[in-house]
Amino acid sequence: MKQSIFTIKENVALTSTVYKMVLVGDTSDITATGQFVNIKLDGLFLRRPISVCDWDAETLTIIYKVVGTGTEHMASMAIGTELDILTGLGNGYNTEKSGDKPLLIGGGVGVPPMYALAKKLISEGKDVTVILGFNNKDEIFYENEFKKLGATVYITTVDGSYGVKGFVTDVMKNLTYSYFYTCGPMPMFKAIEATAVTSGQFSFEERMGCGFGACMGCSCKTKYGNKRICRDGPVLEREEIIW
Amino acid sequence: MVNTKVNLCGIELDNPVIPASGTFGFGYEFSELYDINILGTFSFKGTTRDPRFGNPTPRIAECPNGMINAVGLQNPGVEKVLSEELPKMKKVFHKPVMANVSGFSVEDYVYTVERLEEEDQIGWYEVNISCPNVHGGGMAFGTSPEAAATVTKAVREVTKKPLIIKLSPNVTDIVSIAKACESEGADGISLINTLLGMRIDLKTKKPVIANKMGGFSGAAIFPVAVRMVYQVSHAVNIPVVGMGGVSSASDVIEMMLAGATAVEVGAYNLIEPYGCKKIIEELPAVMEKYGIKSLEGLKID
Repeated sequence: MKQSIFTIKENVALTSTVYKMVLVGDTSDITATGQFVNIKLDGLFLRRPISVCDWDAETLTIIYKVVGTGTEHMASMAIGTELDILTGLGNGYNTEKSGDKPLLIGGGVGVPPMYALAKKLISEGKDVTVILGFNNKDEIFYENEFKKLGATVYITTVDGSYGVKGFVTDVMKNLTYSYFYTCGPMPMFKAIEATAVTSGQFSFEERMGCGFGACMGCSCKTKYGNKRICRDGPVLEREEIIW
Repeated sequence: MVNTKVNLCGIELDNPVIPASGTFGFGYEFSELYDINILGTFSFKGTTRDPRFGNPTPRIAECPNGMINAVGLQNPGVEKVLSEELPKMKKVFHKPVMANVSGFSVEDYVYTVERLEEEDQIGWYEVNISCPNVHGGGMAFGTSPEAAATVTKAVREVTKKPLIIKLSPNVTDIVSIAKACESEGADGISLINTLLGMRIDLKTKKPVIANKMGGFSGAAIFPVAVRMVYQVSHAVNIPVVGMGGVSSASDVIEMMLAGATAVEVGAYNLIEPYGCKKIIEELPAVMEKYGIKSLEGLKID
């Protein structure tokens, strides 16, 4: 974990409620896809945990949905604003277990961490398929970005306004894959758990106090004992999860 | 040169800064960030007789200038603390440590202290009779002078180490409880634990915290803490460890002016992982700014 100051380089709306923010700063402590950062915001006591969408040596990209006071504030921030950020938090996805044909499933704001993960798996020479699930056409983002990486991309919308009508599992059930990775809401996780035919990794969300394992605010029970979502997660393996 | 040393119940501390229990684990998460031996000491995660998972999640809520937690004393139980946590702590922390102990019956407190008594590195016990997040125990002992006295007396009989009793602010008369602890042989009083609080989500119209209520901490509670430390330190003749919303070196000094011998830092560690390091580094300059050469005897009338 590293605490450092980042400067906003870009902060743009991708949909009516989802924003992409690119920050310039020290990314050296980000070691795995699926990790998160914890951002200090003026006027709020607790930092706000946001998943890492992508990073390189100098920039960090996050995609966030406006859901409350903190993210509302972030959406209004101007280019050049400095933010105090803790980086390198959480375990992240393990790509060694992926096999040759991994399937990545992102639901809503669970889509962003799938981006760096897809990039990494493709760089490792794997045949990556991505399913991105949204409620409707207006909520879709990053379809082309995933295609540009070279992934096979399926979009699902609940109302059928774009792509396959239905849920991510309506596509998943017809695919063959060696392993799966997912991030998204709990109902989607439960549907995936009921549909999946291989092992896989789920990235969980929980209200956090510190984000680095000190406060026990985000604990959960697993088959392998109690875990802290922020430190021992947010990624848990299918085999250890108690549903 | 200023002198930041203080003496807490016969043990000298390099400075009065002590991370509070529940915000610092057993120290090793923070030792990855900085050398935690710069601390006065720290109070380790509240330990109970049996392992506890704690309360359901969400356990955390945002508040103006503070937070609510309802963790519920999650800890691996005293046996695993002895066999796993303390060996890991010893690798990174080499000063006397404060052992925070909690329980659900007088027998629980006694059992846990007896199990920890042989650990040489434990300098003090901080007996928590003030956790607002567990039913049937914890705070129940800290809300009447009689119950506080009973726990103090029972634990006093099984330890030779300095015994500090951690009090709850959620009471009508904290002074009478502090005096009851003193009369049964407590060597010190620490306060304040968190204030019982609650938040409700306007969208869901449900409490934010799964357990509905929790302990309110953070900068917002600092004035309440200063007031209670002042009241207690002026009513007892044993050292008082002040805590509640401390977030800067000047807060530390203000707490000591109120009558604290040493000062714990809690929620601030969670939002500023280097917080205690920063406070310790700033302390000498803040002391000089206010013409304070030593931290002994700062208590105002």
